[in-house]
Amino acid sequence: MSFVTDAVLADPAQAEAVLDLGAAPRGFRGRIRGLRAFASGGLPAEELERRLLELGFVEGAEVELLHQGLFGRDPIAIRVDSATIALRRREAAAVLVEPAP
Amino acid sequence: MNEMSAGLRDLRIALVGNPNCGKTALFNTLTGSRQRVANYPGVTVERKEGGFLTPAGRRVRILDLPGTYSLRARSPDEVVTRDVVLGQQAGVEPPELLVCVADATNLRLALRLVLELKRAGRPMLVALNMFDIARHREIEVDAGRLSAELGLPVVTTVAVRRGGTAALLEAIDAQASPEPGTAVWEAPDAAGLRALQREADRILAAVVRVPDRRDAVTRRLDAVLLHPVAGLVILLVVLFLMFQAVFAWAQPAMDLIDGGFQALGAAVGALLPEEGAAGLLRSFLQDGLIAGVGSVLVFLPQILVLFLFILLLEDFGYMARAAFLMDRIMGGAGLHGRAFIPLLSSFACAIPGIMSTRVIDSRRDRLATILVAPLMTCSARIPVYTLIIGAFVPDRPVGEGAWSWVGLQGLVMFGLYAAGILSALGMSFVFKRLLWRGQPTEPFMLELPDYKLPRLRNLALGLWQRAKAFLRRAGTIILSMMVVIWFLSSVPRPPEGADRPAIEYSLAYGIGQAVEPLLRPIGFNWQIGVALIPGMAAREVAVASLGTVYAVQDAEEDAAQLGQALAGKWSLATALAFLAWYVFAPQCVATLSVIRRETGGRRWMWFSFAYMLTLAYLAAFATFQAARALGAG
Repeated sequence: MSFVTDAVLADPAQAEAVLDLGAAPRGFRGRIRGLRAFASGGLPAEELERRLLELGFVEGAEVELLHQGLFGRDPIAIRVDSATIALRRREAAAVLVEPAP
Repeated sequence: MNEMSAGLRDLRIALVGNPNCGKTALFNTLTGSRQRVANYPGVTVERKEGGFLTPAGRRVRILDLPGTYSLRARSPDEVVTRDVVLGQQAGVEPPELLVCVADATNLRLALRLVLELKRAGRPMLVALNMFDIARHREIEVDAGRLSAELGLPVVTTVAVRRGGTAALLEAIDAQASPEPGTAVWEAPDAAGLRALQREADRILAAVVRVPDRRDAVTRRLDAVLLHPVAGLVILLVVLFLMFQAVFAWAQPAMDLIDGGFQALGAAVGALLPEEGAAGLLRSFLQDGLIAGVGSVLVFLPQILVLFLFILLLEDFGYMARAAFLMDRIMGGAGLHGRAFIPLLSSFACAIPGIMSTRVIDSRRDRLATILVAPLMTCSARIPVYTLIIGAFVPDRPVGEGAWSWVGLQGLVMFGLYAAGILSALGMSFVFKRLLWRGQPTEPFMLELPDYKLPRLRNLALGLWQRAKAFLRRAGTIILSMMVVIWFLSSVPRPPEGADRPAIEYSLAYGIGQAVEPLLRPIGFNWQIGVALIPGMAAREVAVASLGTVYAVQDAEEDAAQLGQALAGKWSLATALAFLAWYVFAPQCVATLSVIRRETGGRRWMWFSFAYMLTLAYLAAFATFQAARALGAG
């Protein structure tokens, strides 16, 4: 359940600071506020959410956008705590982050 | 044998862990060369099993399970891991002890897996692997506290160092022969996964102190190797160097093998008379057996050099980077970024390539990769390409000065590889549009592991397994096909006082004549027609067959001088058409049977056979006609 997300989005003051990781520029550092999964690449929303969770995209984790590809700045390499995960911006959009202060 | 060990059965252990946790290195260190690679019944997932003796004299059977992040299996590989852990895998007794291998420098995802496995209820111990690297990076892990938090025994290991597994062996000895019991597990939902990761994060905060999160070497290397432009250029250079090395490094060893087999053939030839029944035996030994096996074995050095590069890049951690760099390009062709590794393996051989598509979760993406993998230039084509290039392309530099290090022959070879790659990308694009219209490609998600220095021992073991597989193939399928082709081209023997070459009296001549009209538009003569048929066994057999056909046809010529023989007998247009044919032709029964196994039916096997044959014919036709029109006929 993405209860954190719902809370984040319900509060306009907080929602303003939150952006999706798919839109983040290279060098972005922040913290995961929630997941807002959607059906993508033939996967139902619930499955995408679980796959992201299994790779460590969990609320509270620190992220940094380390690298991006040449074409369409895609895919991207994200540092999630102690691991580096490569994924496409399309799926990264399911991860809501707030910038580090 | 002491009395203790006599009283105990073999202990069954399974290694589980995330991808890149050093599980296989640990397996290699524990078992040494006492390991066996086979398949699980019914599926083609590689089953790596080995045995070792603990210091206390206990015999252990150990299984290296495919890496996974979760028991919630998504690919056939991960299904095996789940089923073995839960004791549901047919033909595998449930493990009595799970050893969960965790990369001490990257514990977060590993701990979540440990918690998930712990809930399944099997006896388990945790091996904190790469502990030396963690210490070097000043990552402090409190193993005692971790053990207390998890309620499981925790040992530290350094898989790549002698003595680095002492603590693990001790812990295994300390285990009473446990009852495997019944494992229960239910796929966690998103909330369950969150809870597990939160628990893992809580434990992590309590037991690990990390002064510097990222490996400095990896950070610096990635700044260059994953650079949007420089990274792609470096990838191309790496691939190009790889192919140059395949040619340059392997040459001395190839000359040695070639010379050895020639000497052996001559020695056998000198022992037996040319006439009568003994003459038939002499012909069989010299032209069939020795020349045939020799012409295949001579390519072992090239195959080993290629595998050396692939294993090096894999162990170094570069393969995942290559997938990252290639994802968009592959995606443009409708392929998954993960397809890059199977396709790159297909350069060595389509069979391991097709088998490694199991890392692709989605069936459609996997099928698309399987269908185009045989188009990648496998090492079995190298003999064919080398032979024709050696005979028809002059051995000189492409240019002067800065270009003098690039050989023209190497460049043509590179071009043939490029043709294979481009056609694979093109065909997958076509398949995606025609077969799976509008179906999206599954998301690309891949962990990029820290770079690691490849270990000699793992490389040597990997190369040895590859060499063994090739030699087994050379010794069985290829050898038996060589005998068949020799039989076809030598029986019946020409009558006394025959005025035509011996082969024109043989069965092969009849076959060659029969298919020749079909092959004439693409510039092939009947000798090629004869060679193509046994070439179905494996591509490189065609070389040996051509050798047999031409050597038997004209005893004056030495089979090893086949290149010169072809240069005199084929037109350039025929040679080019032959190369074009081999870029596409489905000339490998073993590949077709693997496609059948991996796709679960004959349908896709026949589909790939038909489409590749059509492409091969069209490409050879276009090449031959174009070359002739340009005056190369």
